[in-house]
Amino acid sequence: MNLIAQIEAEQIAGLGKDIPDFKPGDTIRVGYKVTEGTRTRVQNYEGVCISRKNGVGIAGSFTVRKISFGEGVERVFPLYSTNIEEITVVRRGKVRRAKLYYLRARRGKSARIAEDSTYKPKDGAEASA
Amino acid sequence: MLRSGVIAKKVGMTRLFMEDGRQVPVTVLQLDKLQVVAQRTAEKDGYSAVQLGAGTAKAKRTPAPMRGHFAAAKVEPKRKVAEFRVDPENMINVGEEITANHYFEGQFVDVSGTSIGKGFAGAMKRHNFGGLRASHGVSISHRSHGSTGQCQDPGRVFKGKKMAGHMGAARVTTQNLQVIRTDADRGLIMVKGAVPGSKGGWVTIKDAVKKPFPENAILPAALKSAAEEAAKAAEEAAAAAAAEAEAEAKRLAEEQAAQEAAALAEAEEQIADESSDTDNSDAEKKDGEE
Repeated sequence: MNLIAQIEAEQIAGLGKDIPDFKPGDTIRVGYKVTEGTRTRVQNYEGVCISRKNGVGIAGSFTVRKISFGEGVERVFPLYSTNIEEITVVRRGKVRRAKLYYLRARRGKSARIAEDSTYKPKDGAEASA
Repeated sequence: MLRSGVIAKKVGMTRLFMEDGRQVPVTVLQLDKLQVVAQRTAEKDGYSAVQLGAGTAKAKRTPAPMRGHFAAAKVEPKRKVAEFRVDPENMINVGEEITANHYFEGQFVDVSGTSIGKGFAGAMKRHNFGGLRASHGVSISHRSHGSTGQCQDPGRVFKGKKMAGHMGAARVTTQNLQVIRTDADRGLIMVKGAVPGSKGGWVTIKDAVKKPFPENAILPAALKSAAEEAAKAAEEAAAAAAAEAEAEAKRLAEEQAAQEAAALAEAEEQIADESSDTDNSDAEKKDGEE
């Protein structure tokens, strides 16, 4: 293991985050810490994960898309951000793409994603999920 | 207040997540057996500086004159050697090893290195020229520089005109980079932002020239010998404290034993008294005989 990988592994261990197993197509809820003046609260942001980038390392990130007041909104979260309180998977989706950017051009019925009823947690991931 | 800088190896970049939610891009720099190889003094050389060496080189691949130079300093052959100007009072002894605690978190530093070579680059890449238009009669010169000067007067191209040419592989200094974290055990210094050069390249780190000299900087340098001495002193103090505690415990135990012994003696005396009460003269006689 090279030094950079070692530092990143140490940091991931140090942060002690519990990241559930999710992939593009899943509907997820992200609890994001918002600071207003002096007090902080947790804001939930729920939508479809349309992409995951840079793997599961410290540089990993994911994009969540939702329709808010008729307007499409996308937010990119770093996977190991200290601002993220928790990530919960609401629904498992069945998709055939790694990046669901085609959803941007769709609305309503055609933007639906079928539920994946055959989801199986990965070995070892069950305990953490 | 001029103190020595350090030679470091660029390991690579990563990011750090802070407690307050910020994420900081950092470059990881590593100190590898950084030792003082020679001194330059005002009497001998006309200026004062320290020559540092870093990394390890094979002895058989080190030129004989350099081998002699390293042998004179009693250090292993070094891969990279550099000089740092220091004030005479901040001179460091030959052979001393500098640790990553030389810089503290939050301090600003300047980092110099050799930038990545780009080869022969055009004016657009090398000097951020705009190039020519995509249409309107421009043919096969969309990325060229335009005019290089005037007409018959002056009749020449001025020196220093920005044109295409070799780019990169030059010494570059990035100023005012903040030290985010240091790790003396592994010899790591993490600075915020990018540093010139490729991974595995050598860079030099100095205190920032455009910031006031930090008050809590270690003078003349954070030396391994000093750190070891401090560790030893701490260990000795801990050992002394432990010995004292042990002595105290022993003393207490002895006291207790003495007390017990005294109590026992007292009890025995009492018993003896009681027995002597029953047959008084005989016991005393016996004691006297024996």
